[in-house]
Amino acid sequence: MTTPADLKFLKSHEWARTESDGTVTIGISDHAQNALGDLVFVDVPEVGKTLAAGDACAVVESVKAASDVYSPVSGEVIANNDALGATPELINTDPYGAGWIARIRPSNAAELAKLLDAAAYDQIAAAEGH
Amino acid sequence: MPFIPHTDADVRDMLATIGVPNIDALFDEIPSSLRCGVLACIPEALTEMDVGRLMQERAAQDGRPLNFIGAGAYEHHIPAAVWSIVSRGEFYSAYTPYQAEASQGTLQLLYEYQTMIASLTGMQVANASLYDGASAVAEAALMAVRAHRRSTSARILMPTTLNPVYRQVTRAIAGNQSLNFEMLPYVPGSGTIDATALDKWKGQDVTALVIQQPNFFGQLEDVDALTDWAHANGALVIAVVNPTSLALLKPPGEWGQKGVDIVVGEGQPLGVPLAGGGPYIGFMTTRMEHVRQMPGRIVGRTLDLDGKPGFTLTLQAREQHIRRSKATSNICTNQGLLVTAATIYLSLVGPEGLERVAAASQARTRELVAALTKVRGVRAVFNGPRFHEAVLTLDRPVGPVLEALAVQGIVGGYSLAEHYPELGNALLVCATETRNSNDIARYAAALASLLS
Amino acid sequence: MHEKLIFEHSRTGRTATAQFPAAEAADIPAGLRRKQRPLLPEVSELQVVRHFTRLSQLNFSIDTHFYPLGSCTMKYNPRACNALAMLPEFLSRHPYAPEATGQGLLGCLYELQEMLLEVTGMQGVSLTPMAGAQGEFAGVAMMRAYHQSRGDLARVEIIVPDAAHGTNPATATMCGCKVVEIPSLPNGDIDIDALKRVVGPATAGIMLTNPSTLGVFERRIAEVAGIVHDAGGLLYYDGANLNAILGKVRPGDMGFDVIHMNLHKTFSTPHGGGGPGSGAVGVGKRLLPFMPIPVVGTQGNQYRWLTEKDLPQSIGRLSGFMGNAGVLLRAYIYMRMLGRPGMQRVSEYATLNANYLLARLKAAGFDAAYTDRRASHEFIITLKRQSRELGVSAMDFAKRLLDYGFHAPTTYFPLLVPECLLIEPTETEAKEELDGFVDAMIAILAEASSDPDKLHSAPHTLPVRRLDDVRAAKQLDLTWKPAQA
Repeated sequence: MTTPADLKFLKSHEWARTESDGTVTIGISDHAQNALGDLVFVDVPEVGKTLAAGDACAVVESVKAASDVYSPVSGEVIANNDALGATPELINTDPYGAGWIARIRPSNAAELAKLLDAAAYDQIAAAEGH
Repeated sequence: MPFIPHTDADVRDMLATIGVPNIDALFDEIPSSLRCGVLACIPEALTEMDVGRLMQERAAQDGRPLNFIGAGAYEHHIPAAVWSIVSRGEFYSAYTPYQAEASQGTLQLLYEYQTMIASLTGMQVANASLYDGASAVAEAALMAVRAHRRSTSARILMPTTLNPVYRQVTRAIAGNQSLNFEMLPYVPGSGTIDATALDKWKGQDVTALVIQQPNFFGQLEDVDALTDWAHANGALVIAVVNPTSLALLKPPGEWGQKGVDIVVGEGQPLGVPLAGGGPYIGFMTTRMEHVRQMPGRIVGRTLDLDGKPGFTLTLQAREQHIRRSKATSNICTNQGLLVTAATIYLSLVGPEGLERVAAASQARTRELVAALTKVRGVRAVFNGPRFHEAVLTLDRPVGPVLEALAVQGIVGGYSLAEHYPELGNALLVCATETRNSNDIARYAAALASLLS
Repeated sequence: MHEKLIFEHSRTGRTATAQFPAAEAADIPAGLRRKQRPLLPEVSELQVVRHFTRLSQLNFSIDTHFYPLGSCTMKYNPRACNALAMLPEFLSRHPYAPEATGQGLLGCLYELQEMLLEVTGMQGVSLTPMAGAQGEFAGVAMMRAYHQSRGDLARVEIIVPDAAHGTNPATATMCGCKVVEIPSLPNGDIDIDALKRVVGPATAGIMLTNPSTLGVFERRIAEVAGIVHDAGGLLYYDGANLNAILGKVRPGDMGFDVIHMNLHKTFSTPHGGGGPGSGAVGVGKRLLPFMPIPVVGTQGNQYRWLTEKDLPQSIGRLSGFMGNAGVLLRAYIYMRMLGRPGMQRVSEYATLNANYLLARLKAAGFDAAYTDRRASHEFIITLKRQSRELGVSAMDFAKRLLDYGFHAPTTYFPLLVPECLLIEPTETEAKEELDGFVDAMIAILAEASSDPDKLHSAPHTLPVRRLDDVRAAKQLDLTWKPAQA
């Protein structure tokens, strides 16, 4: 899967996408879902929760691993992906689309600029693959 | 050599294959300065025959006194079939069922156990066991803090009617993680806690209320009112229960309007011998919504490659071997063999047998209390309903009386002097279905002669 | 082979209640009574015996199969230990019965403490922890209590090597500590430079297993001890691998301040399908006041339990009574049967078996993870090459071994060795058994080339084939529910 160029990344494999209304959608990368294997459970952040960039805000769980998801930006959670409750495999099948985890109203837009772009992230992911 | 099968020829061949001159050469990576000498304090080896004689002597020294203590460990009849099956090598000498295909016996048994204990407590899911009842309360307190996301106080209300050692163990295990334990006093006449006493915490952030039923005194708490108070005030409820009692008493899943959130207890009464204090079983059940916060192993039923049903450990991502420092607990080995005993015990007694055990124990304790309170200077302390255990007071200090009874081969009860000094010369007594009228008469006569 | 659930044997009104008298319990108020009976089976005694006997036959166990599960020390559990610990006087003893009526049991436990002191080189032993993980908890809690008693409140970091068992970091968290991981070197030893970088005023201590979980002895242990002690920290010994060094080198002499022992490993008490364990702890002088209670002591010529009154700085009680007494008795009996020379033979023959098995597997074309190192009582084979060349995984090998009648070694632990099998034969296995295992490994390796699907789809001969773990975790079925009528 090619990494969408409009996304920004943390090296811990989270992505962030700025929507037209200024909110930020977050999820985990295709590389990350591949490494975890079939997801069986996702613990999404509660709406209304305030996060600082780098806070563990969700947990993704497969049968062999469980991993914290860190928020790429600071802000308030304004939506979470309900569908993951019944169908966590959405992250496996569509990590950058239907497998989104939460939407955040960012409190510090400058943080986005510090994130990795798709090309830089791809390099990190490729290095880990070996 | 005991338990080592090697012949001299084996050793020679093996050393040659490895390419070393002798066994000691295999330890050449250990710095010689660290090597220890002869273990002078270890005695010479005993043959099986001699160790058998030694243990028989030690056992004879202790004898088999007539027991009237409960206080968290109960002497029930254990059908002969229980330990005859538990002692089969296939259960006794297997390990944690990591290789599911080679462990279907243990796994299916654990699934059956989870079903039984969940139903007995009226909850949806159970784990495959914790160490014992006391440590299970500690795990429940930690679990409540994880499960109750809106509560930030980590405040756990513990009644003084909760087994005092359970309170100590909970502090020792959970206290390192900044939990706040606050005490809830009992009402002197009834020996139970009172929902109105809880109003002190009304409107405050309380994470969980612990309720033991029957409580440490054997008295029955007003569990419906207490559970409803907790839920109305935003707290979770942790029930601590005796599994035998649940044949007669309302299961925690039905307490109050909504039922409790976490249930734990000591599973020893279900086919596990007293054995001087362990090994026993901690059990834990909860609602499905909290299953991922539950510590310990859990077995699930699934399908194999051919679509046939089979059993496997599941939800392992909660556990230490995957989650490491973020695991729900550090527990790995639990009490598998004792769970085997409990499952076989519950299968043998069935719903009716367990009711009989509970009712007969209740009747025997009633008979015991009636007989002992006829003795001059002995009286029952609390009013109100109770289950197979009661607090009595004597007209003199309990310790010397218990010692004098022990000389006559009677273990007469558990002194409450250390943990409940306010009760005076108080004694907690219990009779299960294993005590008959002669036993009770013998105790009453011995006590009467001591107190006369 | 398939055995129905016990509930599926149940018929309403069928009972095995001959064991118990009937009685009335009218004195329980209606509002507190149970209304609906619990879901317990209604079956005959024969049905119970047959059902659970059949279930037992679906298990691998030490008594039926070679069980080389690394890090678990699956050695023979002598029958005498079980039979003698089940003498009726021991079984019927109430934990709160007066000490005067328990001198026989207490004497055994006291002597067990003394023997464990001798083999570990420590200054005090508490038998109360109920499993290895609880022993670990006690150890780290004591280290914390020690620092706190000195007003040294900043020491909250526990250092663990990356190869450590998952319980080590989980335990540190339970004790309110922070985990700091340090890497291992390619030869399996600790990276001393990394250790030097992380120790400091926040160091509470380090948790180590020696031999490590990589199956090799940490040669620079004295230096490690020096670095941690100089920084003001303490050393914790995880006794998971004590079988490797019993009677050869003592944790106390290596500089450890506290250790836990898995009596269900080294001292041959049963694993029981996942417990009961027993995790006795030993401590050096500095931690003596903090031991978990109760501990067996003496007063005159009587044994008695030492409690809060005797050890006011204790970390407290970890169990409802006094730990897994029945397990402790089994360990005591085992140690008395081994005696002084037998104790040393344990590590000698465990090490001999491991090194022999390693030598034969290497000769058969398998790769040792640490090629130039001596195996301790266990060793690691990595199937990374076979995985790359033949497309078979360590899990495939493990599952295929089951078909050959061998329990699989530990797979995918330690995490840092790819496609690994951690193999621990123990001292109680005969050479023929080890040779049979090697033959099976050779045969499976040949199959991996000729018919890899045979491995991918293994096992073929067990009661079930490979199970769908994803389904198990997603469609949770944790209790049986009767079909709706």
